[in-house]
Amino acid sequence: MHFGPHLLLAALEGLVTSAVLALTALGLSLVFGVMRVVNVAHGEFFMLGAVLAWAISTAISGHPAVGFVAALVVAPLLVGLVALVAERLVLRRLNYNPEGTIVATIGMLYIIQQLALTFYGPEARPVEPPFNYRILLPWFGYSGYKLSVVAASAILLVITWLVLTRTRIGLIMRATQYDRETAQAFGVPVERVYAGVFAVGAMLAAIAAVLIVPISQAHYLMGQDPLLLSFIVVIIGGLGSLRGTVVAAILIGLSDGIISMFFSPTLAKIIATLVVAMVLVFRPQGLFGTTPR
Amino acid sequence: MRDASPAKAYALHVGVIALLFALNFVLPDYHQGLFARIMALAVFAMGYNLLFGYVGLLSLGHAMFFSAGLYGAGLTVHHLGWGVPEAFIAGVTCGALLALVIGLLALRTSGVAFMIVTMMFAQVFYLLILYFAAWTGGDQGLVVQQASRTLNLGGASLDLTDPTVRYMSALALFAVVLLITLTVVRSRFGRVLVAIRENEERTKMLGYDTVANKLAAVVASGAICAASGAAYALLFGYVGSSFAGVQYSILPLLWVLLGGAATTLGPLVGTLFMYYVTDITSGFTSAYLLIVGVALILLVLFFPKGILGSIRERWLGWLP
Amino acid sequence: MTPLLTTKGLSRHFGGLRAVDVVDFALIPGEIRAIIGPNGAGKTTFVSLLSGRIRPSSGMVVFDGADITTMPAYRRVRLGVAYTFQITSVFANLTAFDNVALPVQRTLTDGRSKGQVRSGVMAALERTGLADRAGTLAGQLSYGHQRLLEVAMGLALKPRLLILDEPTQGLADSEIDNFITLVREIARGATVLLIEHNMPVVMQLADRITVFNSGKILAEGTPEQIRANAEVQDAYLGATHG
Repeated sequence: MHFGPHLLLAALEGLVTSAVLALTALGLSLVFGVMRVVNVAHGEFFMLGAVLAWAISTAISGHPAVGFVAALVVAPLLVGLVALVAERLVLRRLNYNPEGTIVATIGMLYIIQQLALTFYGPEARPVEPPFNYRILLPWFGYSGYKLSVVAASAILLVITWLVLTRTRIGLIMRATQYDRETAQAFGVPVERVYAGVFAVGAMLAAIAAVLIVPISQAHYLMGQDPLLLSFIVVIIGGLGSLRGTVVAAILIGLSDGIISMFFSPTLAKIIATLVVAMVLVFRPQGLFGTTPR
Repeated sequence: MRDASPAKAYALHVGVIALLFALNFVLPDYHQGLFARIMALAVFAMGYNLLFGYVGLLSLGHAMFFSAGLYGAGLTVHHLGWGVPEAFIAGVTCGALLALVIGLLALRTSGVAFMIVTMMFAQVFYLLILYFAAWTGGDQGLVVQQASRTLNLGGASLDLTDPTVRYMSALALFAVVLLITLTVVRSRFGRVLVAIRENEERTKMLGYDTVANKLAAVVASGAICAASGAAYALLFGYVGSSFAGVQYSILPLLWVLLGGAATTLGPLVGTLFMYYVTDITSGFTSAYLLIVGVALILLVLFFPKGILGSIRERWLGWLP
Repeated sequence: MTPLLTTKGLSRHFGGLRAVDVVDFALIPGEIRAIIGPNGAGKTTFVSLLSGRIRPSSGMVVFDGADITTMPAYRRVRLGVAYTFQITSVFANLTAFDNVALPVQRTLTDGRSKGQVRSGVMAALERTGLADRAGTLAGQLSYGHQRLLEVAMGLALKPRLLILDEPTQGLADSEIDNFITLVREIARGATVLLIEHNMPVVMQLADRITVFNSGKILAEGTPEQIRANAEVQDAYLGATHG
């Protein structure tokens, strides 16, 4: 294959990564933005989504699309429920103290990971895609499913954006993010907003995982890379900024796809991590964010 | 309160060291080995505690300092054939230098950003170990040859693989670091560190260069953690990338939280407790991580001062 | 007499707000100077510029003949510019002794004073009448005692210029009388600059008064001159009383 098509393939792969990453990182960003909680267990919610997707789709017989759709609906709901319980039992009791919640979410990470290992096992298991249509390009055929993942992610991002900017729920969330005490004084049910945001954040990660699981397999350690990449995206995009998060996800996803096609993936990760750490040190508002007042 | 009971505090610490010395002759073989490991790792926890407990800086990347010591000592022995003392010094130096660089960068941030930055630098360090697998052995790691783990002291040669020598070496390091920590936290420097933890802005307005003080604490903490890593490589003969992973940044945090942050003996208590809990439960379950996770959450929720912190609060106010 | 501290064209803007607007100011060694003015006049911003807690947008600050405009706060403290906070910010989890030990050991390290930490601490605590509470955690002291501890910490720094930001806020009348005596005593060895709302305290203590309004100096003079100044009455007394 020539360089051009090769690059196109890399870019397409990168776009799929970006799409999934944007959803995952958006969840992390929402939770941090509204609650000021760094959720280290975010990657485990992603993993949980994938593992549940496998369980649901194997439990349902018939056409793979039926199982997949069931998984796409049920898995995120279950993950949201887990997140809700964790929020009630742990985060709320810590009064959302930033350091305490980091330590607690590290604890959740280990618990979820270990439970997945115990009940799901160490194997990587595939989920069948809902359809197997291949789009024929002049140079190579490309999975139609992968492109539909990109489309699905784009639709979800637009919906989230609309909810955040155009609805009363979005207004309440932004008010809570801006000033928790004042919002409370104006009758915003802050605790319920927090619980909801934490659950929605986890559900976004779970949806991303269900979308990706027919492409890459479900595995109990699969949450680690999305967590790191989401951190990178959220930091580069500016903590708590939706537009920055999406732009950064596309940037990171594309460059990750392209760089790891031409360089060692370890080297790519080293450079990306180092760059992000430096961004955080020298430009903590992110590359696209503006300095807070 | 300071100056209230220095004699009592020193007596307690010397007593603990003496007890550990005596245990060598009583403990069965298996527990003797476990204790040697616990003492070496308690040094890691003490280094972590200096920064987390006393200065209030929560790092999520201390595995890099531990493994800087581990690899600094292990690789110089393995590739350059250095002797034990030189290798140990090389390890500690690596850790201190790394801490200096990381401190200069990471201390520009604070709070949550500090945690994430330290975690990311540690991740880079971990990936570098994998990337240079030709020298480091990658995730397989390296075994430091038994023959090169001999300490020559003026004619007498000590075999660090011998259980008693290993126990005593770990104890010696532990004792030195414990007494250094005790002296530091009772010194003027220690008082400044605590003041920074309590209110950095106020400390500045008392004429202190808080950034320089924090940097000194990061370097001291990094050097102590590296000493633990170097000792681990030389005493137990294995150097591997798993020691640089995220988990080894979380463990010292867990040990310190459990034993009691900002207590001098807390790190030992926490490490000891956690090791034995794992050891005992390993008979019933392999879910080691589950225990770590549950312990972290329970500690943060119900027991934020840890074992010795709670004892100090309720009964022994003089406990350093 | 050469001034101890001067500012030239000192300004600080927050966005469009000119909190401090081209201020020329001079302090004579040994005086007690009060800064008064309505809320939002820029008083706290002004002294924060002097102590180095915030950086000016333009202009310069000279202390004892040296330009300290860009000097970080902690180095100004070592030169002898001490600042006590408007909101009490003693180290609540440390004992009163340790609170004062921090500034004392600072001056010992700098060689600006000699002796032991313990004797220096006890001297400062005795001057403020807190000696019998040395072992108490600062957070458990009464509010008035916390303010005194704050002053003791300032004293222990052996300042040449002591900046007090609303020191009598929240004090009982009896405590205020003791406080006035204390400041007079301090002024024998140091220059004192205080922001104060309590007018009787200002009139009793100050050698000279500087009136701020909208980030600028509106008037300056002895207590009698300020009392007689019609402009001040309009801007300040008018604003607070009517």
